[in-house]
Amino acid sequence: MTVTSQPAAVVDSSSDVGAASGPVVDLAIELAGVRLPTPVMTASGCAAAGRELAPFLDVAAIGAVVTKSVRLDPRSGRATPRMVETPSGMLNSIGLQGPGIDAFLATDLPWLVSHGARAVVSIAGGSLGEYAELGRRVGSSPGVAAVEVNISCPNVENRGLVFACDPFQAARAVSAARRGIPRDVPVLAKLSPDVTDLVSIADSVMEAGATGLTLINTTLGLAIDHDTMRPVLAGTTGGLSGPAIRPLAVRCVWQVHQAMPDVPIVGVGGVRTGRDAFEFLLAGATAVQVGTVVFHDPSAPHRVANELQVALAARGLRSPAEAVGLAHQPRPRPEGTDD
Amino acid sequence: MSTGPLQLRGRVLKLDRVGDYQHLTLVAPGVAERTRPGAFVALAVGGDHSATLLRRAFSIYRAKASGVYGGTVEIVFAVHGPGTAWLADRRPHDEIDVIGPLGRPFALPKEPVPCVLVGGGYGSAPLFGLADRLRERGCSVHMVLGAASESRLFGTVQAKRSAQSVVVTTEDGSVGTPGRATDVLPDLLARTNAAVVYACGPMGMLSAIAALAEQHGVWSQCAVEEQMACGVGVCMTCVLPVRGDDGVVRMVRSCVEGPVFRGDRVLWADAGTIPAGTLGAPRVGGHA
Ligand SMILES: Cc1cc2nc3c(=O)[nH]c(=O)nc-3n(C[C@H](O)[C@H](O)[C@H](O)COP(=O)(O)OP(=O)(O)OC[C@H]3O[C@@H](n4cnc5c(N)ncnc54)[C@H](O)[C@@H]3O)c2cc1C
Ligand SMILES: Cc1cc2nc3c(=O)[nH]c(=O)nc-3n(C[C@H](O)[C@H](O)[C@H](O)COP(=O)(O)O)c2cc1C
Ligand code: FES
Repeated sequence: MTVTSQPAAVVDSSSDVGAASGPVVDLAIELAGVRLPTPVMTASGCAAAGRELAPFLDVAAIGAVVTKSVRLDPRSGRATPRMVETPSGMLNSIGLQGPGIDAFLATDLPWLVSHGARAVVSIAGGSLGEYAELGRRVGSSPGVAAVEVNISCPNVENRGLVFACDPFQAARAVSAARRGIPRDVPVLAKLSPDVTDLVSIADSVMEAGATGLTLINTTLGLAIDHDTMRPVLAGTTGGLSGPAIRPLAVRCVWQVHQAMPDVPIVGVGGVRTGRDAFEFLLAGATAVQVGTVVFHDPSAPHRVANELQVALAARGLRSPAEAVGLAHQPRPRPEGTDD
Repeated sequence: MSTGPLQLRGRVLKLDRVGDYQHLTLVAPGVAERTRPGAFVALAVGGDHSATLLRRAFSIYRAKASGVYGGTVEIVFAVHGPGTAWLADRRPHDEIDVIGPLGRPFALPKEPVPCVLVGGGYGSAPLFGLADRLRERGCSVHMVLGAASESRLFGTVQAKRSAQSVVVTTEDGSVGTPGRATDVLPDLLARTNAAVVYACGPMGMLSAIAALAEQHGVWSQCAVEEQMACGVGVCMTCVLPVRGDDGVVRMVRSCVEGPVFRGDRVLWADAGTIPAGTLGAPRVGGHA
C-alpha cells in the first residue's frame, strides 16, 4: 500500500518531518506466512468485529481486523460500570460480552470477508473442551486469515486459575485449539504480562503448536472511587491498557524476541503513533495492534500505518521487516573511539 | 440525507456561559446534514498529547448545515471532570476532534399527535430541535424543563418559542413550580391528551417518566446517559438491559442502539446489573 496523503491527526511525528525524501517504503509484511498490506491491525475487544470502524477507515486497507474474543455461547458480560479512565489509559472489565460462535460465524465473519478485510478471529474458552470446539468451528470456516487464542481466561476446571499464568495450562489450551485449525492457518497465542517468567510461557505455547505470539493482553489493575470509597468497577479489578502500559509491552516483546528471535511476534499495548509502532518493531515485533487508542481515534490503525511509513523512510528503512529486532544489535560505537 | 458519522477537526467558533453551563459552537461541516434530534457527538479532549483518551459524549443542541463559517454543531455542557474542564477552557479557533452525529435519534410519530417533551438540567438541549421537527409534522408540543435550581435550567426562553405550553420546575423553588419535572407530568399528560412523551435527563428521571407513561398509556422515548469510552460501538462499556421485540433481554450498547430507547423496553430498575434471564447471563455461581 502506498500512502500519499498525511492524515489529519498526525501526532508526535515532529522529528520525522522532511522524511518524504527517504526511500519508498513498502508497508506490506508477511506474518507467519500471511501477507498483510500493513503491519498495523486492530486489537481484540477494541474494534468489535470491524463493522463499526467502517465509517472511519477502510477495513480492507489496514493490516488485519482482530475480532473481539468470542466464546462458544452468547455472553452478557459483566455489570456496569465496566470502565474507568486512568492516566494515559483505562481499566476495563467487560467480561467478554458477545454473541457466541454461531452468531459470529453467521454474520460477523462473512461481513469482514465480503469487505476484503483479513479477519484474525480471537477465541476464548473457559475449559479445554471449549478451546477445542472453538478451534474446530473457526478452523472449518472459510476466510479466516489467522486465529488468535486469548488464554487470559479463568479455567473452570482448574479453580478458576487463568490459563495464561501457567506454562502447562497455557500450552494445553493452545494445543486444544490448534488441533481443529488447518496447518496453513496461523495460530497466534496471546499472552498475559501478569506472570513471573514470560519466556517460559512463550516457549511452552510454541511447543504446543502456536505459529506466533501476540504480546500483550491487559495487566490487572484497580481503581477506588473517592466518594463511595469502594472499587469503581462492578467487577472490582480490571485490565489496564493504553499508552500507560506501552513500556511494559515493549519490555515483553524485547524479552521474548531475545530468547526466541525466529518466533513471529505481534506487539500490542499503548500504540498511539507510528513512532510507537516503530518502537515495537525495533524491540522484535513483526506487526502491531492498536487497541485503546482506537477509542480516542477510530481511524488510528490507518493513521499509525501512515506515520510508520514516514518514520521508516526517515531512517532509510525500506520495509517494516528491516526494522524488526534492530534494537537488539550492539550499539554503534561513539564516533572517534578506537580499540 | 447523508448518513453515517464523520470524524473531523472541528474549530471553536464560540463558547458562552449560560447559567451553570457552557454553550459551545463548533465549525464542523457535514455534521448538520446528517443530524436528527437525539443524536450526539463524541469529542476527543486534552489535545494531541492528551492523557485522557476516552471520548466525551454530548447531545447535539443545534446543528446548522450552512452559514458564514460552514456547517456548525452546538452542545451545552456542565463542567464535571477533567475532560469537560478542558472543553470549557477552549478559545475561538482552537481545534477539537469531533465524531458525529452518533446514535439512534428520537422516533417521530406518523400522525399529528400531542407530544410532551421533558428535559432535566442540560437534558433539554436535544429537545428544541425535536420540537421543531414535531411542529413541522403538525404535532402540538408541550415542554417541561426541570432542574435542581434556576441556574441549572437550560433554554427556558427558547422553550416558549418552541412549545405551545411550558412548565418549569426547580427542586429548590428558585423559579417555576417547586419540585421535580415528574411531579407535574401526570396532570400535563392528562390535560394535553399526549400520545408520546420524549425525555432526556438523569436516569432516575427517565425511569420515573417511563413508568408514568406506562400508567397513562402513552409512548415514551427516553435518551439515556450511560458511561461511554468510544461512542462508536467498539468498546462495550455503555450497555444497559433492554428487552427486544422478541421478548429477550440483552445487554445493549447505548451508543449505537441508543441513546434513545422506548421507555417500556429498558429494565430501569436493573440498570447497573445483569438481570436474571438476560441473554448469556452467568448461570448460578457466576461467569467462568
Ligand atoms: C449520549 C450522551 C449525551 C450526553 N450529553 C451531555 C450534554 O448534553 N451535556 C453534558 O454536560 N453532558 C452530557 N453527557 C455527559 C458527558 O458525557 C459527561 O459529563 C462527560 O463525559 C464527563 O467527562 P469529564 O472528563 O468531565 O468527567 P470524567 O468523570 O473524568 O470522565 C471520565 C470518563 O467517564 C465518562 N463519563 C463520565 N461521566 C459520564 C456521563 N455522565 N455520561 C457518559 N460518560 C461519562 C467520560 O466520557 C470519560 O470517558 C452526555 C453523555 C452521554 C452518554
Ligand atoms: C475494552 C477492552 C476490551 C478488550 N477485550 C479483549 C478481548 O476480548 N480479547 C483479548 O484478547 N484482548 C482484549 N483486550 C485487550 C487488548 O486487545 C490489548 O491486548 C490491550 O488492551 C493492550 O493494548 P492497548 O493498550 O493498545 O489497548 C481488551 C482491551 C480493552 C481496552
Ligand atoms: S461507548 Fe463504546 S460501545 Fe458504546
